[in-house]
Amino acid sequence: MDLEEYTLIKDITIGQYFPGKSVIHKMDARIKIILTGVFIVMLFSADNLVGLGVGIAFTALIFLISRIPGKMLLKSLKPIVPIIIFTAVLNIFFIRTGDPYFEWRFIKITDEGVDTAVYMVVRILCLIAGTSLLTYTTSPIDLTDAIERLLSPLKKIKVPVHELAMMMTIALRFIPTLIEETDKIISAQKARGADMENGSLIDKAKALIPILIPLFVASFRHAEELALAMECRCYHGGEGRTRMKQLRLGILDLWGSLFCIAFLAGVIAVNHLI
Amino acid sequence: MENFIEIKDLHFSYINEMEEPPVKTEVLKGIDLSIKKGEFVAVLGHNGSGKSTLAKCINAINLPESGAVYVDGMDTIDEDNLLPIRQRVGMVFQNPDNQIVATIVEEDVAFALENMGVPPAEIRKRVDEALKTVGMYEYRMHAPHKLSGGQKQRVAIAGIIAMRPDCILLDEPTAMLDPHGRAEVMKTVKMLNSQGVTIVLITHYMEEAAQADRVVVIDGGEIIMDNVPKKIFSQVEVMKNLGLDVPQVTELAWELKKAGCDISTEIISEDECVEKLYEMLK
Repeated sequence: MDLEEYTLIKDITIGQYFPGKSVIHKMDARIKIILTGVFIVMLFSADNLVGLGVGIAFTALIFLISRIPGKMLLKSLKPIVPIIIFTAVLNIFFIRTGDPYFEWRFIKITDEGVDTAVYMVVRILCLIAGTSLLTYTTSPIDLTDAIERLLSPLKKIKVPVHELAMMMTIALRFIPTLIEETDKIISAQKARGADMENGSLIDKAKALIPILIPLFVASFRHAEELALAMECRCYHGGEGRTRMKQLRLGILDLWGSLFCIAFLAGVIAVNHLI
Repeated sequence: MENFIEIKDLHFSYINEMEEPPVKTEVLKGIDLSIKKGEFVAVLGHNGSGKSTLAKCINAINLPESGAVYVDGMDTIDEDNLLPIRQRVGMVFQNPDNQIVATIVEEDVAFALENMGVPPAEIRKRVDEALKTVGMYEYRMHAPHKLSGGQKQRVAIAGIIAMRPDCILLDEPTAMLDPHGRAEVMKTVKMLNSQGVTIVLITHYMEEAAQADRVVVIDGGEIIMDNVPKKIFSQVEVMKNLGLDVPQVTELAWELKKAGCDISTEIISEDECVEKLYEMLK
């Protein structure tokens, strides 16, 4: 691992929260999760180009409101480019109904195929852009908190919602600690002469073993001590627990919801009218 | 003054179930100790002497095998007393990383209060108060992993004092810190003690123990010395035989005395040492 890679491992950001002060940042995380659902419904209920246009306009609008830089948007879309190409190719070549544009031996491209491909590509792009906006504008803690509260009705059927949320919080908390520890172990093993750059893929995989084993041992030790410290601070499960930060629905959340629902209604109206 | 912590003939063993037959290691062999409200007690002993085990017996993490531990009159063996005892006796551990639960400083300080079911407005108030007490209020929105060791340990202490405990047990809180961080933590501990909080400090640093009102030395699971720091550290040879150190200044006085100088070994602070040396050289 060269120096550049070495520093990289330290700079990994948790989640992809992009702190800001926009209206979307300030909205309640619970509402944002629900509205993301509404957004997905909106995208997939659009069945003509105008409806799709409304979906695109909505995505663009929320991005503008959130003031997330376009660079971040591109970054979130980059990993899914192969999936998009794959979907597009699949749709173009395998939908054989409709009027053919082009035919050569077994290859047949129809207008329906091209249409479906365009719809799918636009939907996926908007979907990824919209959902990553949720993680860009909501801190991981708020997100876990919101998930805990949204899922809390499931406690009635004995789903350990609090425990799951606590596990997520602790996992988030320990990511930087474990990364730091990995760095230390790598340096320690290198100082003992471990070779991690050279050799075949199998050699490189083998070189990981002396890093992973101490890391595992260390995380068990962390877990044990953390459990003890939590007990010392009166932790006894989710029962009777209060929270310092109260999630409160504000006027902003109402407007946000109305805004979203208006667009959904717009898409449905367009479907019926055209 | 009444005794806040009362330990009577405490025995405790760890049982290793992995072995066949299970191996029992007796760690505490009859401890009798009482600690008054507002006292600052340092506990010394080399590794494996049982000092951490003793601390865990006080806040009901370990339960006595025989004998009894009372905290503010409550028996630790009674399960109904568990939460009240842990609220009264907070514990700070060696590794600050392993006791911070949340991803934001103030959320972590609030953790114990949330567990106790304190109303949100009251939590807010107490968290701010605790953070101001340890001087970490400006860092309340920071991520804990970006703080220095001393700062993390102060956050951990804030998390404990937010519970408003009567007593804080500190298990080698400075062992993983640099000298600067150590000084920060010790300053905080002394300030809390001056506000009436009982402190039990387990430490390897004799300079820290010298700042206590009383030093308890544990060896092989038994208390072998219990006195004011001066009387303990002046017995330099006894301490060395136990594998323990004495403060540097005490050692200096002891060496001088051995070399035939007329100087008392009851010296534990630098100022005292300077004064005595001045007198001797006059």
